[in-house]
Amino acid sequence: MADMSISVTVNGAAHAATIEPRKTLGDFLRDDCGLTGTHLGCEHGVCGSCTVLLEDKAVRSCLLFAVQANGRNVTTVEGLTRGQGELGVVQQAFMEGHGLQCGFCTPGFIVSVTALLRENPNPTHEEVAVGLSGNLCRCTGYQGIFKAVEIASRRLRETGEAL
Amino acid sequence: MTSLAAASGAPRFVGQSVHRKEDPRLVSGHGTYVDDVTLPNLLHVSFLRSDVARARITGLDVSAARQAKGVHAVFTAADLAPAIKGTLSATMFLESPMATLRALADGDVRFAGEAIAMVVADNRYLAEDACELIEVDYEVQTPVIDFERAAVDNSELVHPERGTNVMARGGVDHPELDAVFASAPHVFTETFRQYRQSQVPMEPHGIIVRWNQYDRQLHVWSSCQRVHEVRATLCRVLDVGEHNIHVTQRDVGGGFGQKGAMRTEQIAVAVGAFIMGRSLKWIEDRRENLVSGGHARSDRVTVTMALDDDAKILGVRLDHLEESGAYPVGGNIGGMIAMMFSGPYRMQRLGWSSASVFTNTCGRNAYRGPWNLETVAREQMMDLAARRLGIDPIEFRRRNLIHVADLPFKNAGGMTYVGVDPESCFDQALAMLDYEAFLAEQAEARARGRLLGVGVSLFIEPTALGVGTLIGTEAAHVKVTLNGQVTVALGTGGHGQSIATTMAQIAADELGVDFDDVSVIEGDTDISPVGGGTGGSRSGVIGGAAVHQSAGQVRDKVVAIAAHMLEAAPNDLEIAHGRVSVKGTPARGVTFGEIAKLAYVSTAKLPPATEAGLEALTRYSTPSITWANACHICTVEITDTSEIKLLRYIVSEDCGVMINPMVVEGQISGGVVQGIGAVIHEGFVYDDVGNPLTTTFLDYLIPTTTEIPVLEIGHMETPASGPGGYKGVGEGGAIGAVPAVRNAISNALAQAGAAGITSPVRPCDVRDLLDEV
Repeated sequence: MADMSISVTVNGAAHAATIEPRKTLGDFLRDDCGLTGTHLGCEHGVCGSCTVLLEDKAVRSCLLFAVQANGRNVTTVEGLTRGQGELGVVQQAFMEGHGLQCGFCTPGFIVSVTALLRENPNPTHEEVAVGLSGNLCRCTGYQGIFKAVEIASRRLRETGEAL
Repeated sequence: MTSLAAASGAPRFVGQSVHRKEDPRLVSGHGTYVDDVTLPNLLHVSFLRSDVARARITGLDVSAARQAKGVHAVFTAADLAPAIKGTLSATMFLESPMATLRALADGDVRFAGEAIAMVVADNRYLAEDACELIEVDYEVQTPVIDFERAAVDNSELVHPERGTNVMARGGVDHPELDAVFASAPHVFTETFRQYRQSQVPMEPHGIIVRWNQYDRQLHVWSSCQRVHEVRATLCRVLDVGEHNIHVTQRDVGGGFGQKGAMRTEQIAVAVGAFIMGRSLKWIEDRRENLVSGGHARSDRVTVTMALDDDAKILGVRLDHLEESGAYPVGGNIGGMIAMMFSGPYRMQRLGWSSASVFTNTCGRNAYRGPWNLETVAREQMMDLAARRLGIDPIEFRRRNLIHVADLPFKNAGGMTYVGVDPESCFDQALAMLDYEAFLAEQAEARARGRLLGVGVSLFIEPTALGVGTLIGTEAAHVKVTLNGQVTVALGTGGHGQSIATTMAQIAADELGVDFDDVSVIEGDTDISPVGGGTGGSRSGVIGGAAVHQSAGQVRDKVVAIAAHMLEAAPNDLEIAHGRVSVKGTPARGVTFGEIAKLAYVSTAKLPPATEAGLEALTRYSTPSITWANACHICTVEITDTSEIKLLRYIVSEDCGVMINPMVVEGQISGGVVQGIGAVIHEGFVYDDVGNPLTTTFLDYLIPTTTEIPVLEIGHMETPASGPGGYKGVGEGGAIGAVPAVRNAISNALAQAGAAGITSPVRPCDVRDLLDEV
């Protein structure tokens, strides 16, 4: 198949490239956009490390082709900071709650938590468990991740800030 | 060391849950894992792997692949051979009985997933395309798959040149055991098994190798646990001087033992880069990691235990067998199982025998507490013996438990414990549960037809192992920079353990500077002193001790220079926030920056006979094993649909002085959940011809958020004798959890009169056991 030219808005900036149609969105983000925060943990859609937002919906970037994102908006973990050098609410909460150890699965969790809290700002423990059941972590035993979600949710409540 | 005290009110960082230095980059997507590194003209590698477990290779045609689009080279074993000058084994295993490793399969294949050819192309997509063009002709042979059979049957051999499937044997019997077993009022025997598991780091293996032939520099970026081992291995393999090899480990996405030694594929990549004079990158994918990245745990032990009428243990005999796969990393673990089997109990006499057996499967590799079968089997045996004697399992443990007053205590395996307090952890965990209340709840639930169970496990953990070996020593290079900040270079290689944080906490306290003014450098052979890397619950204990020593020396010098500058006696000084001042006269003081300026720049103003510079590099060698201990308690419910629901999970841990309680609890939690996974989820499965059946995360299941209870963790802090009083905490969670969960399941089954379990279980197994009643 011939290469295709696409333009994807990633974290607010347009990225144009001519790529093989079979290239995954994950590889496009990492190789063509230089955004290596999105990690590929299984490349078969189970571990959730590669989760990004496509038009505000959490998707697995290993299961999408980059061409499917043509003309659309993608947000990666890099796009969830507050700006230069300042962590976003969920990122900060992961640090405070010890929601990560090796950090490899973390970008996917942070994106999934962002999507979860946007939909349900005050989730119960059960709702968090179900909401994050598509992300695998091998280091934390998920304890710190539950804590991080609780911290982020509380902070959003206290500040009235939107994610 | 100076007796100078920290200023009153000076911050203490050790003991606090300080936020991690590693986190801002990792939570924002700005870490540097090996796949994030890119180089000019970098080429990409993909491996063709064996589809069968055992076969002769009668034809290997790579010609079409070599012609394929974007392909620069295709290597077979014969192509790599001229550049391979030495053994592929890691330094620790040079004397090990493990099979001779090979970079690529040569003439035959010995497990499904073994790498046969290596394609180098412009990108990974093209490299994988070319792999599909390689033709392999197999003359399939009968594989050796059942390790228990292979232990006694050499009709088919995994490694024909060895003449036997038994890799190694070990054992020492106890001369009195036969007589004890013959005369003891109670003798029980049971066999316990673990399923084959994979460590499953979320980041698989990976490597980048750049060979610059003109300045003879081999630069390696590796996802590993031990940079110095990568350098040592490649030095032997390529016969390149160690000073010509630079290994960099940045962020690593977990290891759990799997990344302790170089993977043969990583070595193949280095050899390929060396031959081509190019930069090559290989990033293992998940399927590769699951089928060939390293396996663990497939083992069994038969325990025979003799008891007297007071339920005191008179002696035990262990018959241990472990599966090594085709190419294990390391030798037989039986000796460690024997040494730790008696755990926190008096067992009086212990005899053991052990064998490691080759099969045509993925090789055994280290995994978090590689000797864990001792605790898995012992703690189930304690429950089983208690049940057969009609004694409460808590009471039975108490009758055999060692006490602080017994220390130093020589266990039945010949190990001498000091600095442990298993009874306090036992008491704390039981209090956290409220054991009596649970028993009442259990009885009440039973009356309503519900099955609840409780399981306990106690263990003593040998942390910071390796006295007198490569991993028993660590050096720290502590340096006050010209501006008065501090760097600490260590030969460790954290991949989730928070070493950059915990070692900075120690250095900040020792020196009297702020945590933010310390940075820790590790994972770089050019900067950090030679060290054993991260593994064996060693970094906090041995690395931490080295930081104490070096920072202490630097502080002595800081104080000597400050005393000279302030014209005060050293004993009249105090340090806080990177400033040395005269006690009671805080205005009279000098900052670390001012002191460093004298040390490096205005050196003529230094006190007489003082060397310029403000740094120290010292090496600490641990004189003994550092013993840690813990108690785990789990409660479960077996539901109507035979689902195993974990209700509560309690840990009382004694890892000595805690450097960072948040990090300690993180280590425990991660280990516990891996242990839970080992019982109710995980199992790597081969069919009877050695085909791997669990090659994706849809088949090889690890725990998710939905099956895990909120852990309740209590702490005891019995200081260790080494500097700082720290004990290791990396592995215990994964050791203690397996029998605690199994005992809870067995206890719940017993409520219905069903037999207990001696291996991991699925809901269908639970159903079968209940149906047998």
